[in-house]
Amino acid sequence: MRMFLTGNHAAAYGARLARPQVIAAYPITPQSPIYEKLSEWDGQGVLGARMMRVESEHSAMAACISASLTGVRTFTATASQGLALMHELLHFASGMRVPIVLVNVNRSMAGPWSFWSEQTDSLSQRDTGWLQFYVADNQEALDTVIQAFKISETVLLPTIVVLEAFYISHFMEPVEVPDQRLIDEFLPPFEPPFKLDTDNPASFCQVVSQSQYAEFRIQRHMAMEDALEVAEVVDREYRERFGRGYGLLECYRLEDADTVLVTAATIGSTARVTIDALREEGRKVGMVRIRLFRPFPKAKLIEALNHAKKIAVIDRNLSPGQEGVFCEELKSALYSRINGIPVFGFVLGLGGTNVSPLHIRKVFDIAEKMNDAPLKPIVNIEDEDALGI
Amino acid sequence: MPSEYDTRDNLYPGHMACAGCGEVLGLKLVLQAVERKAISVVVPSCLGIMLGPFPHATFKIPVFHGAFETAASSAAGISNALLAQGDDETAVIALAGDGGTTDIGFQALSGAADRNENIIYCCFDNEAYMNTGIQSSSSTPQLAWTATTPLGKPLKKKNMVEIMGAHEVPYCASACACFPDDLRRKVTEARKIRGMKYIHVLSPCPTGWRYPESLTANIGRLAVETKYYPLYEIRNGQEYTITHQPKNLPVGDYLLAQGRFKHLVQRDLDTIQEQVDKNWDELTKRESRNRSE
Repeated sequence: MRMFLTGNHAAAYGARLARPQVIAAYPITPQSPIYEKLSEWDGQGVLGARMMRVESEHSAMAACISASLTGVRTFTATASQGLALMHELLHFASGMRVPIVLVNVNRSMAGPWSFWSEQTDSLSQRDTGWLQFYVADNQEALDTVIQAFKISETVLLPTIVVLEAFYISHFMEPVEVPDQRLIDEFLPPFEPPFKLDTDNPASFCQVVSQSQYAEFRIQRHMAMEDALEVAEVVDREYRERFGRGYGLLECYRLEDADTVLVTAATIGSTARVTIDALREEGRKVGMVRIRLFRPFPKAKLIEALNHAKKIAVIDRNLSPGQEGVFCEELKSALYSRINGIPVFGFVLGLGGTNVSPLHIRKVFDIAEKMNDAPLKPIVNIEDEDALGI
Repeated sequence: MPSEYDTRDNLYPGHMACAGCGEVLGLKLVLQAVERKAISVVVPSCLGIMLGPFPHATFKIPVFHGAFETAASSAAGISNALLAQGDDETAVIALAGDGGTTDIGFQALSGAADRNENIIYCCFDNEAYMNTGIQSSSSTPQLAWTATTPLGKPLKKKNMVEIMGAHEVPYCASACACFPDDLRRKVTEARKIRGMKYIHVLSPCPTGWRYPESLTANIGRLAVETKYYPLYEIRNGQEYTITHQPKNLPVGDYLLAQGRFKHLVQRDLDTIQEQVDKNWDELTKRESRNRSE
C-alpha cells in the first residue's frame, strides 16, 4: 500500500511488519513519533507486541537484551543522548549475540543542547559490535528495518538503523508499505540456538577466563565479517520479492568519474541532484553513498573507487582532534590497496546545518582545484584564500 | 525439623562464597522457595561470583548475569517476553546486592515498581560493596566502618522496604537468611502474587562486618531480636504485618559483636538505641493502624 509517511512513521511501519514480540522504548526528540505510533497501534490492539514504557533508554536496552535471550524478537528506538545512555549495554547486546533492531534518529550530542541532525551519536557506537545502516530516504528506512531483522537473526548480532533527525525523521514522502503476508514469508519467526528456558536451564553471561574472553571477541568479529555477505544476500532477496534493494553502497554515476564524492545518508540524496547538474556541464563526477558502516564494506569501496583520481568525503560528524569518521574509515580501507588517490575530508552539516546542492558543488570545485589533500579536515568551504586555491 | 523446602535445592554444591557467608545462605533459601519453574537475573555483586565461572554452573535454574544497574529492567524484559509467549507461570526473579539495588540500580527498580512488572526482586543486603572489597553503599548503616568510611559512615542507611512500600507494590517484605522459614514463606507468598514483589534480605557478612565466620546465624538473629532490623511485610503499600516479635535485646548486643562497630562508644549506642526504639514504635503504629481499619 502506498502511504504518505514521515521517516519516523515509515520506520515504525517497518518495525510493526517485522512482528516483534517485545518493544521497549523511552521518549526523546526527534525519535518520539516512532514510540507514539507504536503506542497508538498498541492502543488499537493491532501492534502484536508487548510495549514496555520504561523509565530510561538504559532500561529499554536492558529489557530488549533479556527479552531477546528468551527467544523473542525485540525492537527499540532512540536518539542521541538516549543512545549514549545505552552505550554500556550495546556491548552487552552484541556480546550476548542478541539480534535486537534499534532505530536511531541521528541527533547532535549535548552540550550545548541541540536537537538537529548529526551522526556523532551513532558513530560513537562504532566499536560496540552492532551493525550500522545509514539510510537516505523514508522508503529505505522502512525497508532497512525489515532487512535488519533478517540479517541480525542470521548472524546473531544486533543492528542500528540510522535515520537523520528531521531530514528523514519528520519529512513526509510517499512510501510503499509492503503487505504483511509477504513480509511474513520473507521474515520467519526468530529461533535462537540457545535461550533462557526452564526445561533446559543454562547460565548466560558468566565470568570467563582471559583466553575464553578473547575467543568470544574473535567470534563476534567473525560474525560481523559474515554479516557483509549476509547483508548483500538479504538485500538481493528483498529486491527480488519487493522490487527494491539498495546494496551495501550506492554507486551513482561512477562510470568514468574522475572526482568521486563519498558520503552517507541524506547528503547522498542531495548529492545526486548536484552530480546530475555537474554532469550536464561535462564534469566527470560521481558518488559513493556508504549505506552499511559496520561491518565496513572495504572490498566494495576499493572496487568502486579504484578508478577515481580524487576523492572528496563529506562527513556530518566529527571526531575532535582527528577528522570526520567516514573519511577516516575510508582512508584506512584504501590505504591497504590503493596508493596515491588524494582524499579530501570535508566536515559539513554539523548540528543539522544544511548541506545544499550548492555546498556539494563547492566541495567538488575545491577537490578539483586542490592538488594535495590537507592533513586536517576542511570545515570552511567559503574561504578560498585559506584553502590556497 | 526438616522443612518441605529441604529437598528442593536449586543450587549445585561448590559455590564460591566466603566461609560463613550469610548471602549464599539466603540465596539457597530463596531459590528453594522459588522452585524450579523460574528464570533468574543476577547482577554484579557477590552473587555474580557464586554463579561460578564459565563453563561451570551453580544455579539449577536459568540465569542471566546482566549489567550492574539492570537487575529490575532485565527481569522485566524476561517477564514481558514470557507473557508475550503466553507464559504467566514461570517466575522471574531478580537477585541483586545492596549496591545494585539502593544505589546504581535504584532507577530501574523504581521504574519496574511503577510499572508493576510481574517479577520478584530480592535485594541481598550485606550493607556495603563487599564484592569489590567493602566500600560504603547507601545501605551501609550509620557509623559502620568500611574501606571508604574509615571513621564510620556519617549518613543513615536508606530504608528500602519503606521506599518500596511507598511505591504501593502488591508485596514488599524484609527478611533475613537467619530466619529461614520466614524468608522462604515470604518468597512462596511473593510467587503467588501477580505484579511487583520486593524482598529485602539482610545478609550478614563475616568478611565485611568483621566477625568470626561461625557467628553468622547469631549475628542475623541479633539484628532482628534487637529490633535493629525488624521482619515485616507491606501489602499494597498499606497493610503492615510484623512477622517476628523481637526479644527486645539491647542494640549493643548486635553492634558490638562486629568489628565494623568496635569504635562505637556508649553515647553512640544510646543514640542508635533511641532511633531503633522510635522506628519500632512507628512500625507497630502502622501495623495497628491497618488492624483498626
